[in-house]
Amino acid sequence: MSDTAETAAASAASAAPGATGAPDAHAESAVARPAVDSVAVATATPEKEQPYAALGLKPDEYARIREILGRRPTSGELAMYSVMWSEHCSYKSSKIYLRQFGSKTTEKMRKNLMVGIGENAGVVDVGEGWAVTFKVESHNHPSYIEPFQGAATGVGGIVRDIISMGARPVAVMDQLRFGDIDNADTARVVHGVVGGISFYANCLGLPNIGGETYFDSVYQGNPLVNALAVGVLRHEDIHLANASGAGNKVVLFGARTGGDGIGGASILASDTFDAKGPTKRPAVQVGDPFAEKVLIECCLELFREKLVEGIQDLGAAGISCATSELASNGDGGMYIELDRVLLRDPSLNAEEILMSESQERMMAVVQPSKLEAFLAVVAKWDVETSVLGEVTDTGRLIIDWRGEQIVNVEPRTVAVDGPVYDRPVEYPAWIDRLHEDNALTLPRASDPEELRRQVLALLGSANLASKSWITDQYDRYVMGNTALSFPDDGGMIRVDEESGLGFAIATDANGRYCQLDPYFGAQLALAEAYRNVAVTGAVPVAVTDCLNFGSPENPEVMWQFSQAVAGLSDACLELEIPVTGGNVSFYNQTGSAPIHPTPVVGVLGVIDDVARRVPSGWQDEGNNIYLLGITREELDGSAWAGTVHDHLGGRPPVVDLAGEATLAGLLHAGAMQSLLASAHDLSDGGLAEALAEAVLRFGVGARVWLDEMMLRDGVDITTALFSESTGRVIVSVPREDDVKFMGLCEGRDYPVLRIGVTDRGAEGADAALDIQGQFRIGLAELHQAHRGTLPARFGTAPA
Amino acid sequence: MAVRVGIVTFPGSLDDRDAARAVRLVGGTPVPLWHGTHDLDGVDAIILPGGFSYGDYLRAGAIASLSPIMSEVISAASTGMPVLGICNGFQMLAEAHLLPGGLIRNDHGTFVCRDQRLRVENTTTAWTSAYAGAVSSVAGATEITIPLKNGEGGFIASADTIARLEGEGHVVFRYLDVNPNGSMNDIAGITNARGNVVGLMPHPEHAVEPGFGPDTTDAMRSGTDGLPLFASALTALLPA
Repeated sequence: MSDTAETAAASAASAAPGATGAPDAHAESAVARPAVDSVAVATATPEKEQPYAALGLKPDEYARIREILGRRPTSGELAMYSVMWSEHCSYKSSKIYLRQFGSKTTEKMRKNLMVGIGENAGVVDVGEGWAVTFKVESHNHPSYIEPFQGAATGVGGIVRDIISMGARPVAVMDQLRFGDIDNADTARVVHGVVGGISFYANCLGLPNIGGETYFDSVYQGNPLVNALAVGVLRHEDIHLANASGAGNKVVLFGARTGGDGIGGASILASDTFDAKGPTKRPAVQVGDPFAEKVLIECCLELFREKLVEGIQDLGAAGISCATSELASNGDGGMYIELDRVLLRDPSLNAEEILMSESQERMMAVVQPSKLEAFLAVVAKWDVETSVLGEVTDTGRLIIDWRGEQIVNVEPRTVAVDGPVYDRPVEYPAWIDRLHEDNALTLPRASDPEELRRQVLALLGSANLASKSWITDQYDRYVMGNTALSFPDDGGMIRVDEESGLGFAIATDANGRYCQLDPYFGAQLALAEAYRNVAVTGAVPVAVTDCLNFGSPENPEVMWQFSQAVAGLSDACLELEIPVTGGNVSFYNQTGSAPIHPTPVVGVLGVIDDVARRVPSGWQDEGNNIYLLGITREELDGSAWAGTVHDHLGGRPPVVDLAGEATLAGLLHAGAMQSLLASAHDLSDGGLAEALAEAVLRFGVGARVWLDEMMLRDGVDITTALFSESTGRVIVSVPREDDVKFMGLCEGRDYPVLRIGVTDRGAEGADAALDIQGQFRIGLAELHQAHRGTLPARFGTAPA
Repeated sequence: MAVRVGIVTFPGSLDDRDAARAVRLVGGTPVPLWHGTHDLDGVDAIILPGGFSYGDYLRAGAIASLSPIMSEVISAASTGMPVLGICNGFQMLAEAHLLPGGLIRNDHGTFVCRDQRLRVENTTTAWTSAYAGAVSSVAGATEITIPLKNGEGGFIASADTIARLEGEGHVVFRYLDVNPNGSMNDIAGITNARGNVVGLMPHPEHAVEPGFGPDTTDAMRSGTDGLPLFASALTALLPA
């Protein structure tokens, strides 16, 4: 019998006395139902062997459950503890580190934070009575096994987190990491993941406004699919996940509960893939975006009519999670009749119902006097609903099944006081060798022709090439409030149609930098996302993160993790923007090789009027192009080293957070005074890539001279073009605004240098990127290099 | 008195708020209508917006065409009331046989979102009259750019039907530059003989407000080529 999630759950059920132990619980239940493993039975049969290991629990964890209960758990309790104490749900390996996000804060960071870490998503006050809630979450493991449904339900899950806060979801983004673009299996994952996101988010009517896509062989056996969602709400509409007020009804509504996703959190997301192991496909959920769309509108109407006291979405660990978390965060007691759960498959047993991760479900706490009105709203939207039980003052979560009590626990022991591990941490010896092997020794181009080839190679490389093959499959227009989306540096959405108030959002993570130095790598991810928000003209205000790492049981991975969290929390403290929520994804490895540490960092910014936003490319001829910031010889870990030399070694670029803050202030002032015709962040691929992208954005070319910059910064042409020094942005400024703009830079003492001028090209001739004294590349050639890469691998769609 | 334009919301409608905004921007009054009723609320014109009506897991728009509100839409259309179907709304109009032909899965198999150039071929319908005489780069034709986003936008019809549509000038919008979904004869939108019922796959309601439409050569996202479509219906309905 294979050790899949489904059969593990079945074996949990068949552990009950009287069960035949037949492997197929479904077939069996139709004939003779096994006796219920009730609390009374558990008390009477302490010696009964239980399949805790198959459910992902360690022997000491099982012993602790017995200690908490003062008896062996029932099979239902065992199912609940196993999913809620999983790495995915309990954060048992990361908890002791994540506390830094709460402790390293200042009054300024807390001022606009309306809801912080611990709820479904953080909520930030953005002014004018509006709030924004946002979070990024992983759905990595399901997306490798079943890319389409894995990615689709990743979107669905994060969107429900946003709804749970009382908000209307208004945008999504995805952070994707695939294996080598030329590996045969990569196309399978890419098609599935992109198709799944397209299918689900388009059908929900949420604009997809940005994200990241990287290809690297380290993700071959473990792609990353992170999904981010943003919602907006009025201050007074905030809802929380708690069950208070004895006598209030506990209501489950949305899709019916089926046999999909059983053990998704424990067996799938909290373990390492093993090439020889069984397929874990049954642990993947299946999504129905139409059901979720209806659920969004239905929940918003329930909120509007003030019909719910507390609300929680059902995601990882399903009913186990929703009941125990709601009860823990409220008065502490809850009574549920599990037989009242509406089922898609009537043969499901109690353990399967408790563990199922069927999608598109919500649990609400409703006052009895409002129940009728509540049921009228869900009926209007044709949403199936069942009253499962009520809030009690017993301090116990009690669940009955077929007339017998199968769960009787203190909810906090399930949802809050799970195991906490201080896992062994070990400095990886290999990292010293990696640092020594820096990019200084790599050969550099000897002539302009070779430089030109390198620029085009980078532009067409898998990671820097246009991602329009992907993003053209996403709706960016729906809702009519999209002020910026790909390929601009950040996405931007209008929140208030009258005032123009809006938010900007960008995410980043450079796994190569993090492999070289996870502390600074995480800070670099933050700095880049922060800068990407700043170039839009918005003011960065808050952070979410999705920390993707290998197995926490590997002490070197734990060292990487501890470094990344320390680096990120230190940097947030220095920039004074709080982490409002996020997610940790461990066990991202197949066999013994972990992925590069990939802490995806999302930064949210606020802009008073989206009409003042700044595009990333130039639209007009004759504007001056300025480079803000200093270029150092920082080629270690760069796209140039990776693409041209297949090299990863040395140390990542220096992070100057105070400088980033100054730069952001400068850009915001420039945007508010309408001095900036464009602003574009320099990161992967350096100045060469940024210039090419700025040309490609609207098809207006540029003449650029680099001699003065090379002289000032003491760097050679390779460094000038490809260095990835931080704190740099190219802006274009109309000539009449030159004096004011230079005044802004001088006032802030930020390095600035005019490096070129925008140029449409002669009438009838092609616009071009002309690096004077070096080389010239026409628009058509830039376009071809940039746009051709993904369609060549994944097929053509209309461009 | 402002013209009242009904916008039908199905459970899976997505662009209903956008259609309402477009109506507001041309001076009309958007009136929300609900799929499950027979109540048109005395509106002067009707828009069936984009989205996924009832999930569209079967043929897009097939179930919606049988919904309670659609029986009212069908009888209103027969009296000459202007009815516009955008994307999913076009699919419903075809399924309800208010317009000929059908919409099938894009020939390349995937959902596509792009800024689409179109030629307005017929400026005599209730929804395109305001394009007549509009500034154009090609003599005798009006070219516009509005967003397109669909997975099942391939227009298909029998040879006879295509010949009739072409021969009688019932092709209202035609794709230029790129045929984004394999539509026959590059057809993006059509009208009935009376000119009051128009369906198109691209989304004029996403090109009505500077800053949130398609890019133009003038400025990012400044395209508002969709506005005349909504203005047409209002002009047609306003007392002279």
